[in-house]
Amino acid sequence: MKLELRGITKRFGSLVANDRISLTVEPGEIHALLGENGAGKSTLMNVLYGLYRADEGEILLDDEVQHFSGPGDAMAAGIGMVHQHFMLIPVFTVAENVMLGNESTGFAGTLDLDAARARVKEISERFGFHVDPDALVEDLPVGVQQRVEIIKALSRDAELLVFDEPTAVLTPQETDELMEIMRQLREAGKAIVFITHKLREVRAVADKITVIRLGKVVGEAEPTASNAELAAMMVGRPVELVVHKGPPKLGEEVFVVKDLRVVNATGHVQVDGISFSIRAGEVLAVAGVQGNGQTELTEAILGLQDHVTGSVRLDGKELLGRSVRQVLDAGVGFIPEDRQEDGLVGNMTIAENLMLNRSFHLPFVRRGSLQIDKLRAFAQEKLQQYDVRARDIDTACGNLSGGNQQKVVVARELSRDLRLLVAAQPTRGVDVGSIEFIHKQVVATRDSGVPVLVVSTELDEVVALADRIMVLYRGRVVGIVPGDTPREQLGLMMTGERPKDLEGDVA
Amino acid sequence: MNDAVTNEQAPAPAEKESGGQPPEPGKGHSLMRQIVAGDAFAGVLAVVLAVLVGSVMVAATDDTVRETAGYVFARPSDFFSAVWDAVWGAYTALFRGAVYNNLVSDFATQIRPLTETLKFAAPLILAGLGVGLGFRAGLFNIGGRGQMLLAGAAAGYVGINFDLPIAIHLPLAILVGTVVGAFWAAIAGVLKARTGAHEVIVTIMLNYVAYYLLFYALSKEGLLQAPGSANPKSLPMKESAVLPDILGDRFNLHLGFLIALVAVAFAWWLLNRSALGYRIRAVGENPSAARSAGIDVGRTWITVMLIAGALVGLAGVNQVLGTVPDGVTLDLDAGIGFDAITVALLGRSRPLGILAAGLLFGAFKAGGFSMQAAEGIPVDIVLVVQSLIVLFIAAPPLVRAIFRLPAKEAK
Repeated sequence: MKLELRGITKRFGSLVANDRISLTVEPGEIHALLGENGAGKSTLMNVLYGLYRADEGEILLDDEVQHFSGPGDAMAAGIGMVHQHFMLIPVFTVAENVMLGNESTGFAGTLDLDAARARVKEISERFGFHVDPDALVEDLPVGVQQRVEIIKALSRDAELLVFDEPTAVLTPQETDELMEIMRQLREAGKAIVFITHKLREVRAVADKITVIRLGKVVGEAEPTASNAELAAMMVGRPVELVVHKGPPKLGEEVFVVKDLRVVNATGHVQVDGISFSIRAGEVLAVAGVQGNGQTELTEAILGLQDHVTGSVRLDGKELLGRSVRQVLDAGVGFIPEDRQEDGLVGNMTIAENLMLNRSFHLPFVRRGSLQIDKLRAFAQEKLQQYDVRARDIDTACGNLSGGNQQKVVVARELSRDLRLLVAAQPTRGVDVGSIEFIHKQVVATRDSGVPVLVVSTELDEVVALADRIMVLYRGRVVGIVPGDTPREQLGLMMTGERPKDLEGDVA
Repeated sequence: MNDAVTNEQAPAPAEKESGGQPPEPGKGHSLMRQIVAGDAFAGVLAVVLAVLVGSVMVAATDDTVRETAGYVFARPSDFFSAVWDAVWGAYTALFRGAVYNNLVSDFATQIRPLTETLKFAAPLILAGLGVGLGFRAGLFNIGGRGQMLLAGAAAGYVGINFDLPIAIHLPLAILVGTVVGAFWAAIAGVLKARTGAHEVIVTIMLNYVAYYLLFYALSKEGLLQAPGSANPKSLPMKESAVLPDILGDRFNLHLGFLIALVAVAFAWWLLNRSALGYRIRAVGENPSAARSAGIDVGRTWITVMLIAGALVGLAGVNQVLGTVPDGVTLDLDAGIGFDAITVALLGRSRPLGILAAGLLFGAFKAGGFSMQAAEGIPVDIVLVVQSLIVLFIAAPPLVRAIFRLPAKEAK
């Protein structure tokens, strides 16, 4: 099925989210829609899916103009959407989820579960999905849940599949598997729209690339285009994709972790005897697939975990057993991995969020009273310095884009006198322009002589920032290797395999 | 919140994509957030709607209206004028009872209803502030009743049994009552902080505990029961422990209203200008971010419950030492502990909003009696209107649909 969008315009008040966007997707083609967060990609797809009505322009399927008044119409016309946040019911089985909204019923309204099961099996076998129709969705890994979403779309005979940021939640392996699935779907003659802001993925699978910036199509590109060219189109200016950093000026070993063990509430060992140290002026990056103990490691350092043994020393002082506030006051800056949950108070303003970890003493609090003038001046300054794009310092953080939210967190953490910076997933869900900015800040912190611990599941980021790399697998250290270790070896280590030629125990 | 319509402030198209995931409310926090973030306009509309529905109730319960309804098709004008008379009569009586009585000649009597309103408003404002403060920290304090009962009983005990000059006696009685209220509420805070026990269940149960403790004290001579009496009632307060009238003997308005105003100012400063209030708001909006930023969430909860209990306790003290100084009884709370929840909701948990809501509800109370006296309309109608206000506030989509306001969610 061929999709054609002609001059789609969608306005929200004075804001033009989509400005005369036209594009054509042929059957058997993977068409990537590339753009930063907030460029208008999702709005466009919501128009296509009938969730929004376009103010101008038309949607054509196989050269026929369509008028969708809701997702139901879009589905009936053969459009399937794989949402970024899965629309699945966790306590239902795969088959139940697939039939949901499209139930075939037998006598007196009994569900025909067998038909749904058979359908799941058939699609699953055809594309090699390996999905058990009777498994509960909540028991499935994220990558498989996504396949259930795809099966759901295919079971309704979708000819055009829209993937909205599908890799945001996937591990590198799962991403590779998804790419393979997309290729198979293309071979089967489906038309695919692939929305993303990740350059590597686009170049790996796309046949055609349309770049959107500020609601407009700024150009088309071939998959052979270089990363730098694509990034420049996306951001509207040349972007440094490589982090420029000089050789580290190493100081003392100021941050030392020994035999750190973290047990969670249900008694499972999450971090199992980790030891490492970071010198002043050095970045140690923690690599590993999500869920191998990274979260618990950073939280244990901060004092956010309850059952921790071992030793965490900063400047010779023990941090374990201290309260979060004491750890922060010891000079630890913390960028949490989930900024919405742990980093920011969404309903509070930018200014208020900038003092979140300094609500006890000067400069923002004096004898129990807020020093509002000081806070406002400080916020104003940081807004400029960290290039936070917001109307003013009174804007609620929840209304900012991901990149700007993260800049607020980074501004807050880096404006104190730090003795250690712990940055967990510092650029997750952040646009290319902001990634560049945040990486520069991390390197600047390192160069000012602060030890930095970066945790990232994106190998690109690990390689870009690290002076040394520590690979975690199931809560244990696989090895600590130099920053220039080849990706292939790191990838192997992330599966738990320790290379034989790895010298020493701790590099 | 997360749709593009409300995002005009961002310079670039600010629709949320992968990075800015919709701010997913923490489990169980969405209701709280809705309560705190509800907009003032919706509150006004809720009041308007409730008054309209109240009109229907007034009309439906009016005898003349029912009579004329029998021949509404023959002489519709009779019916409509009867409806008008009933509704107009009801609300003017309410106004005369609550604000200004134009039917009497003497100025002092004319404005007497207003002072009655202020008198009824004082405990509602105090307790409303206590409950609202809890809301801001993410806590549902349903224990207003128990906190009022024990605080009132403690203040009463001091007021009855001590012989001191007024300059010491009155402040001491107020202080003792306030402290008891604070600690009674703090039990729920401590249990939540230490064990995770839900404050709703704990405060409800503590209401029963407080009630029966007071029942025991009131039926035990030597504690609170008046000597030689079999009724669960104490002796009246000593003169030196009674909140003085502030407008002279002709009015019942006593010092409690000024205490309520001071409490509003204090709560405003606390929430908007103090570091503690900042932490309270952070904990209420996003406890996990507060925790990650070094704020001790449990301690904040305990502190909030202490302050909330003190404020609610003051409402109890206001009753015992001011409004009904002729003795501690089991119903000294007069339902204020629960009305406070309504007041806090209507006031959107903001001190000035609570002040306004408390005044409105005080007016309902003062006017309700005169409505009944003047027009024979059951006072229950006023209670129905009050309840409807809460109902409409609790269902913003309903109000929005009725007034065809733009929906908050994208279609």
